[in-house]
Amino acid sequence: MDRKLLQRFFYQMKLIRLFEEKSAEFYAYGKIGGFLHLYIGEEAVAVGACAALRDDDHLLTHYRDHGWALARGTDPGPVMAELLGKATGVSKGKGGSMHLCDPERHFWGGYAIVGGHLPIATGIAFAMRYQGNDRAVVAVFGDGATNIGEFHEALNMAALWKLPVIFLCENNLYGMGTAVTRASAVTDMVQKACAYGMAGEQCDGMNVFAVYEATQKALQRARTGEGPTLLEAKTYRYRGHSMADPELYRQRQEVEKIREQHDPIEILRERILEEKALTPEELERLEREAEEAVAAAARFAEESPPPPPEALFADVYAQPIPGLGLEEGSRDAWQR
Amino acid sequence: MMEVAASEVRGAPEAAVPRAREVYFTEALQEALAEEMRRDPEVFLLGEDIGVYGGCFGVTRGLLAEFGPERVRDTPISEAALVGMAVGAAILGARPVVEVMFMDFVTLAMDQLVNHAAKFRYVYGEQARVPLVLRCPAGAGRAYGATHSQSLEAWFLHVPGLKVVAPATAADAKGLLKSAIRDDNPVIFIENKVLYQSRERIPEGEYAIPLGQARRVCEGGDVTLVAYSRMAREAERAAVLLAEEGVSAEVIDLRTLAPLDIGTVVESVAKTGRVVLVEEGTRTGGACAEIGVQIFEHAWDSLDAPIRRVTTPDIPIPFAPELEAAVIPAAADIAAAARALVET
Ligand SMILES: Cc1ncc(C[n+]2csc(CCOP(=O)(O)OP(=O)(O)O)c2C)c(N)n1
Ligand SMILES: [Mg+2]
Repeated sequence: MDRKLLQRFFYQMKLIRLFEEKSAEFYAYGKIGGFLHLYIGEEAVAVGACAALRDDDHLLTHYRDHGWALARGTDPGPVMAELLGKATGVSKGKGGSMHLCDPERHFWGGYAIVGGHLPIATGIAFAMRYQGNDRAVVAVFGDGATNIGEFHEALNMAALWKLPVIFLCENNLYGMGTAVTRASAVTDMVQKACAYGMAGEQCDGMNVFAVYEATQKALQRARTGEGPTLLEAKTYRYRGHSMADPELYRQRQEVEKIREQHDPIEILRERILEEKALTPEELERLEREAEEAVAAAARFAEESPPPPPEALFADVYAQPIPGLGLEEGSRDAWQR
Repeated sequence: MMEVAASEVRGAPEAAVPRAREVYFTEALQEALAEEMRRDPEVFLLGEDIGVYGGCFGVTRGLLAEFGPERVRDTPISEAALVGMAVGAAILGARPVVEVMFMDFVTLAMDQLVNHAAKFRYVYGEQARVPLVLRCPAGAGRAYGATHSQSLEAWFLHVPGLKVVAPATAADAKGLLKSAIRDDNPVIFIENKVLYQSRERIPEGEYAIPLGQARRVCEGGDVTLVAYSRMAREAERAAVLLAEEGVSAEVIDLRTLAPLDIGTVVESVAKTGRVVLVEEGTRTGGACAEIGVQIFEHAWDSLDAPIRRVTTPDIPIPFAPELEAAVIPAAADIAAAARALVET
């Protein structure tokens, strides 16, 4: 096994978990407001898939996006700063946890409207083909999103025109509090590829190697003109849908059981040690590095200033509209 | 079952109705749903996570236990089809009440609402009815960001055939929701997310409040403040601030935007000669734009000063709590606008 890749897998998965635990803490202390959707339990999906991507490939995700930004290589500091609504955040504090982005890494955002990004991802794939390059697009969404019209409309066009897009479905068995069995007529999301004659693959989303290999295969298909793939990663979220979720819909034991028997980080650790690919000391060092990175990100976020009042009226349009915000009687607190 | 006249609920409900209880705004809504479901077996609920999860904001929590999964139906994330299904069911005499988890998601159901629900009656005449209620949690103030904080009610004012209701108090929330459910037209029912947390007195027992009647919150002679939903509460606070300075403000809570009780507004403006219109939605093409023109059409000669609007500026709602707080109109902004008018 490639040592560099293993180090990346282990470090990133640990980084995401610790980052999410820290953000849960910030939320509990009221330092993060609004919604916070944690990725704990699902780390292998983002880490495995991003490792297979080329630097110039595109990525779009749903609102459960912190792990994806980190796996794509975005600096954890500005990601954490965004969650805290700071000026130094990846979206300058105006997006929030559900709307991260990193255009430099071709990460075109977290999307808070379920399924809304799937046509957009398809459009990016269309543009890549149109512009005659071999870059691919990965669009990430949940099991719940497969029930929305835009999913089906996007899949059809992507398959019809053999566009270089991978629809990566994180099937974590629930859409908010609704079990997949209560929301979808078929419970293997991969079956939804059939209607569009699209390649469908399923992989174990708790196993980073499985995700990595399945994504590579799908990317190969995309780059060689064979068209899109619906890739389903079977995974599980340990925390509630968001921090506001009372979790009345599942048993504590269900979560405990998966944590104990299928934890993606433990599965990776065991495999690494079994094959003696890295030493326990090396793993410990990677863990420490991840801890330090999260501590530094938290510090950076806390010490950053909130966005300045002028930010309110910036970027409403590509060119500023003179007088916007200065209408008589419109709230003028920012001027006070 | 009595219909409480607008006058009985206006002002201090505890004075008008001897026995009153304190409930959360969410509980008042839930009472309306439960009472109507008990009264009429054709009433059922459709929505995402309204059953087992208990509703994103807890409005439907507990209803699954009483009414079962047939009447408290958790749906897939399929807004377009789910609103369309409600339209279909409504045509056949059912009275579906749909919860759109956030008003922002009505964008996905616009075809069903605008091209279907709103058109049936007109196109097919009296043989067609669409008794449908769409409950929409709306508004900002909870750091939900640009896509979960919008106030989109003005869009629906532009669609003949739809009614638009937006209560400001728990008492009104209950009474208006009951009327909305009994109404034979599609009704967009707006619930402000910040109001959900307020705990208020409501009348004991069953009551309904007719759609299309504004509520005079308090009387005054110097200036009229017109608002609805959460902003009616801010206007009420502004009136208190103004009173401290010797300015007497009359506050009108519209309650229903379509049909609009312009008569009550005009009556007040005729008395005060000055009016401030308030809404949480963005400014251009907002509800106040329409109300302002109607005031001008009906009462231009009563106006002693220009009409003033206090609204969210024409920008999306930013995430950062500091920025968000700076854009939503508050009592102080309304009072400042009123003060400026009175000084002219
Ligand atoms: C169009 C739309 N409808 C409803 C919601 C509210 N909502 C946000 S996430 C979610 C569940 C999505 O579940 P899934 O797609 O399985 O993703 P997961 O959260 O499990 O990762 C719902 C119903 C939304 N954001 N957008
Ligand atoms: Mg899910």
